[in-house]
Amino acid sequence: MGEEIKVIVFKLGEEEYGVEVEKVQSIERMVPITRVPRTYDFVKGVFNMRGVVIPVIDLRGRFGLSEAEYTDQTRIIIVAVGEMQVGFIVDSANDVIDLNTDNIETPPEVVGGVKAKYLRGVAKIGEERLLIMLNLSEVLNRSEMNQLEGLED
Amino acid sequence: MDMNQYLNMFIDESNDHLQSLNEKMLQLESSPTDLGIVQVIFRSAHTLKGMAATMGFEDLASLTHQMENVLDLVRNNKLAMQEFIFDTFFKGLDALESMVQNITEGGDGKADVSSIVASLQSIVRGDFQKSGIDAVTEAVTPKKAADSESAGLVLDQFQYSVLEQSISEGHRVYYIQVTISSESQLKAARAFMVFNTLENSGEIVKAYPSVQDIEQEKFEQNFSLYYITQKEVGELEKEIAGISEIESVSVVQLDQESLKQMSEVKAGLAETAAVQEAPVAVQQQSAASQPQSPTAASGAKPADGKAQVAKPAAPTHNRTIRVDIERLDVLMNLFSELLIDRVRLEQLASEASNPALTETVEHMSRVSSDLQNVVLKLRMVPVDTVFNRFPRMVRDLAKSLDKKLDLVITGADTEMDRTVIDEIGDPLVHLLRNSVDHGIEPVATRIAAGKPETGTVHLRAFHSGNNVFIEIEDDGSGINREKVLKSAISKGIMTEEQAAAMSDEEAHQVLFAPGFSTAEVISDVSGRGVGLDVVKSKITSLGGNVTIHSVLGKGTNFSVQLPLTLSIIAAMMIQIGSEKYAIPLSSIVETAIVKRTQIRSVHGNKMIAFRESHIPLISLSQLFEVPDFNEDEEEETEVVVIRKGDRLAALSVQDFLGQSEIVLKNLGKYLPNIQGISGATILGDGQVALIIDPNVFIK
Repeated sequence: MGEEIKVIVFKLGEEEYGVEVEKVQSIERMVPITRVPRTYDFVKGVFNMRGVVIPVIDLRGRFGLSEAEYTDQTRIIIVAVGEMQVGFIVDSANDVIDLNTDNIETPPEVVGGVKAKYLRGVAKIGEERLLIMLNLSEVLNRSEMNQLEGLED
Repeated sequence: MDMNQYLNMFIDESNDHLQSLNEKMLQLESSPTDLGIVQVIFRSAHTLKGMAATMGFEDLASLTHQMENVLDLVRNNKLAMQEFIFDTFFKGLDALESMVQNITEGGDGKADVSSIVASLQSIVRGDFQKSGIDAVTEAVTPKKAADSESAGLVLDQFQYSVLEQSISEGHRVYYIQVTISSESQLKAARAFMVFNTLENSGEIVKAYPSVQDIEQEKFEQNFSLYYITQKEVGELEKEIAGISEIESVSVVQLDQESLKQMSEVKAGLAETAAVQEAPVAVQQQSAASQPQSPTAASGAKPADGKAQVAKPAAPTHNRTIRVDIERLDVLMNLFSELLIDRVRLEQLASEASNPALTETVEHMSRVSSDLQNVVLKLRMVPVDTVFNRFPRMVRDLAKSLDKKLDLVITGADTEMDRTVIDEIGDPLVHLLRNSVDHGIEPVATRIAAGKPETGTVHLRAFHSGNNVFIEIEDDGSGINREKVLKSAISKGIMTEEQAAAMSDEEAHQVLFAPGFSTAEVISDVSGRGVGLDVVKSKITSLGGNVTIHSVLGKGTNFSVQLPLTLSIIAAMMIQIGSEKYAIPLSSIVETAIVKRTQIRSVHGNKMIAFRESHIPLISLSQLFEVPDFNEDEEEETEVVVIRKGDRLAALSVQDFLGQSEIVLKNLGKYLPNIQGISGATILGDGQVALIIDPNVFIK
């Protein structure tokens, strides 16, 4: 029997994604973001969250999906993995659900264009709803990006 | 009672006491008769013992208890401090430190300290209350066991001449070999007893294994020694054999001839062993410089490896509390939030034009800027917190290298930001080791060069402008330019042509090149594969700089320049399009306005005339790809002239917004290195502005 976890649900397009609630520090409305030059396109910049400067990345861009206009529904989900704090821009975030880890299945090869390694698995909720669980440490993995960009020496 | 809540307090206080014990022991070592210091040490040890016992750390308590026993004798004038006691105490302090460290890491603070306890007990019993031991400890260099025992007992010139002279003066010289029973549980203690007995009626000139090794029971069953006395062979044999658990003893009397033979045979044997034992030469030099009579040597105070702290200006017993640095960070963050609201309030008040409101807001502004200063000062810590571990380190280092030197610390009360302090320790350790190992010469070399045999290493800290300087200066051999360059060429760091064209200054900088080392013999201290390049990069990453000034034969000065604080810098705020950036004032030479027509193109690069020369003009808007600004449409361009070393460049911007003090923040772990950006700051309106790193623009 798996354990019960609480999951924050957010949307990118029509897909629903989930992250464990303990990894999420807060959910913010869109704020002015300061552009950081000479970095990846999906890094939208940095913003001030109560005195701490936090980088913001567009999760659509990170997954190679087409970027969308920001609306009233757009949210920044602040996640913390290890010492890394990052804000994810998502289309909307408005649900918290309980999930049994037994219900998480290994991800299929391709889900909506997102590389499988960013995903921890897919959870089935009820009859129709599919929730894509993110593998945060892979999403925030920098080593792969450093190879791409060669920004560092 | 739940002890956990007291654990942190215990750890902090224990570390304080250990630090103070270390300092005081060093002081005592340079003035061993000062009973005032002994009192302070006694009280510290006593408190430590009490705390450890209360917290249930039995091993800690029992070790401090033994140390306390010795101190009690000393302060009551029943025992005089001497080198053996100092060494034992330092060992004890090291053991205590590692126990406290173990507790800090969640352990139970248990450790095997039986050998130290045994030494301490032997001191209390008076087994070692003999000054003669000094001569032995001093004459014997700590070294690893040689391949054969005979090789280990080779005499250096000094020892040889002492023995020779003694024979000619009618003393008896013996070569004594002692075997301790294999069943003995306390080999070291038995050996002590032998030494003790012998010293009652003569001098031990040389022992193998070394006295230190014997103390630590680093010997099998046998040890041998050269001994000068008036006693007869039989008398000696009887005395030694009378000590319990001694299996056998052989005493051979030496005359001029047999002494010569022995030393020749052994020197021959030792030569092969000496290949692996670099310190032999050093050992001879150090011994040669010692007083020429063994009795005088025994009375001499242990001068090698003496580290002194220049009398600190009356230790400041501040009334302080400990605050977790993270809490200070939170306070800073909250405070910057408050500042943002203050700006907003000021704006609203001016719009509302209500005198009472305006007045209140103005008052609040003043209070909050005072508050800001206080909050920022909270982070300042005296550099002493780093320096205080150096005297002990240098003492041990000098001992292991068999050099004589004084460490003189000045300006330990100089304050720096906590973040800088935390980072600067390791680079300084490195530079100090470098000075002691490479800078200060062995005693004989110093005497040959007409210098005092005791070298001096100065460690200074002082403020200058917005910087803190830390200097490490030795009066050693200085940097040999030719040797450095030769080594650099052979390691492929540069070509011969490059080397020939270098100024002395540049040649010294080669020491900081990655992979560089001049150490011909890889000693215990240097040659660990970590070079000065690591020091350089660490200091640079702190926004500082390190320079070398050296005169061959006179000494070397490493000067480390560091920013006063990493968290607040003075900066020029500039605007490009809708974006605001901060440029650190420290790298700005001046600001200017140039007409577009004054900008020349040289080989496709834009240049402007500045003073007598032309300097490159870099467009920030192009470099940062600012979306909403194009300077080509302007008639005049604002430029900021920046400097790195002696090179200049100009950055073109749209507008100057003025100068301000900014709180430096990093961009977070996700964006550690963005080219041209060194960090971020939060503006009055809550927005983030990036801080430009001008160093990148000048190659």
